[in-house]
Amino acid sequence: MELYNRPAHELQRLLQRKDISCRELTESVLRRADAVDSSVCAYLTRLNDQALEQADAIDERIAAGEAITPFMGIPLALKDNLCTDGIETTCASRILKGFRPPYDATVVHKLRKTNAIFVGKTNLDEFAMGSSTENSAFFPTRNPWNTSTVPGGSSGGSTAAVAAGAAIAALGSDTGGSIRQPASFCGVVGMKPTYGRVSRYGLIAFASSLDQIGPITHDVTDCAHLLNVISGHDPMDSTSIDQPVPDYGAFLIPEVKGLRVGVPREFFAQGVEPPVADAVWKAIRLLEEKGAVVEECSTPCAEYGLPVYYIIAPAEASSNLARYDGVQYGHRTAEDVDVVGLYQKTRKEGFGHEVKHRIMLGTYALSSGYYDAYYLKASRVRTLIKQDFERAFQKHDVLICPTCPTVAFTLGEKTGDPLQMKLSDVCTIPVNIAGLPGISLPCGFHEGLPIGLQIIGKPLDEGTIFRTAYAYEQATEWHSQRAPL
Amino acid sequence: MFLTREQVERVALLARLELEERELEKSMGELNQILEHFERLEELNTEAIEPTSHAISMVNVLRDDRLKPSLPRDKVLANAPESVGGGFRVPRVVET
Repeated sequence: MELYNRPAHELQRLLQRKDISCRELTESVLRRADAVDSSVCAYLTRLNDQALEQADAIDERIAAGEAITPFMGIPLALKDNLCTDGIETTCASRILKGFRPPYDATVVHKLRKTNAIFVGKTNLDEFAMGSSTENSAFFPTRNPWNTSTVPGGSSGGSTAAVAAGAAIAALGSDTGGSIRQPASFCGVVGMKPTYGRVSRYGLIAFASSLDQIGPITHDVTDCAHLLNVISGHDPMDSTSIDQPVPDYGAFLIPEVKGLRVGVPREFFAQGVEPPVADAVWKAIRLLEEKGAVVEECSTPCAEYGLPVYYIIAPAEASSNLARYDGVQYGHRTAEDVDVVGLYQKTRKEGFGHEVKHRIMLGTYALSSGYYDAYYLKASRVRTLIKQDFERAFQKHDVLICPTCPTVAFTLGEKTGDPLQMKLSDVCTIPVNIAGLPGISLPCGFHEGLPIGLQIIGKPLDEGTIFRTAYAYEQATEWHSQRAPL
Repeated sequence: MFLTREQVERVALLARLELEERELEKSMGELNQILEHFERLEELNTEAIEPTSHAISMVNVLRDDRLKPSLPRDKVLANAPESVGGGFRVPRVVET
């Protein structure tokens, strides 16, 4: 297998044995990105020169006898809503075109400390609002498995980059499924950690009570190792959890005897296509054969996740996005107007349609006289959804269901029908609403397009998710397949 | 129909968004569609349910009140569309 298509833990071994140099590896990924990105369009910004400089510096350290740690010298991609010091960060929005953050996001800082190499910044739906990466203000990204289909979203640039071999791994962010759904569509592994497990400092905010950064990788081993690197309490994010982080690598054991697996039936009802349901059930049966105890269960309120999300997320977004007013950074209107006109025209020119729509919805839901009927009602139902999961986790260690009701859809197929587009997130949204960790990993194909298996865990129990996912992965071959580009 | 055209205009002003006629019509349609979808929640009796604003319950997080360096001014102002005298430049907000 070409270097650019291999998982980081294999590359780490090759680097350690000096079978390859970091420069060779980096050049392999950069050349691959050059070759495929004109058709995949995963990257908004490429960092070739810095990447090669970093690679040479790491080769010197390896030559001097330094031990290789996970992700040292590994070429990674960053979603373009993660602040990178001095490197343009746009959120795929015209309003942030040219913005060069004065600091690194905490996760970026942690990756720099671990000596990872940055290939570039990846495309997304503008401000992470969308499920197909078609809402980027610049261009849509395409799915490496079939470039007439979408990669999913909003982290579609990151998942497409990994699936295409244009990065070994990547970071994305997940507010309602934005890591797991595109991971499912692109046939890679993607995890949304427990809310608060990973610092959000320097992640450009969309919906602060739901946003979480997570890893996107070729396999479960890389996912666990990358989560090790980015997790932990951060004084700069007061919602990050101040508890010790276990070594997730220690959970990579292909052993599920006695593991209690719940199968929430509501997650199979909502428009899940039969080939998707079949592949997920096959995966569940496989775990059962390996000793897991499988039982159907019910989370009756999860089906209200979508309407709850479409009040809470825009409400928080309308507040978070008030900062884009043409004063401190980003676009400012060229028209000569008073101060309110400056805000209105700057925002009119800078935001795309979907972003404006969600700001409008959120502003209305929070406005005087409507707050109780919308935001407060949604927050109460949020409690019910959370309680459903708490009950389910009294009897089960993990819950397993599809990541998404369908495989990747065709570009343009759902852009005219916002509700259809949102249904794509129906299985992932309740997990954000309850703040739980969830992973998506490949479990089959339908018409040449990957199907994703979702495993949901208890708060801060990413470890059991990794154990379950690893046991499944080691018994199957899906993770070693690569897109036919 | 939940939102009239007048209300949509009011919300746009609150949100400091200028919408063109075409956008206003489209926005009204989409907002009404979502709010209709939201009506489903009326099936649930939530009177006795406490709202959740954060999934993981937390108490206030405080830090020591100590001076520490902040971002360098020139680096911050480098992103400003217009700056003057070490500050952000905005249109006149005070009547003379």
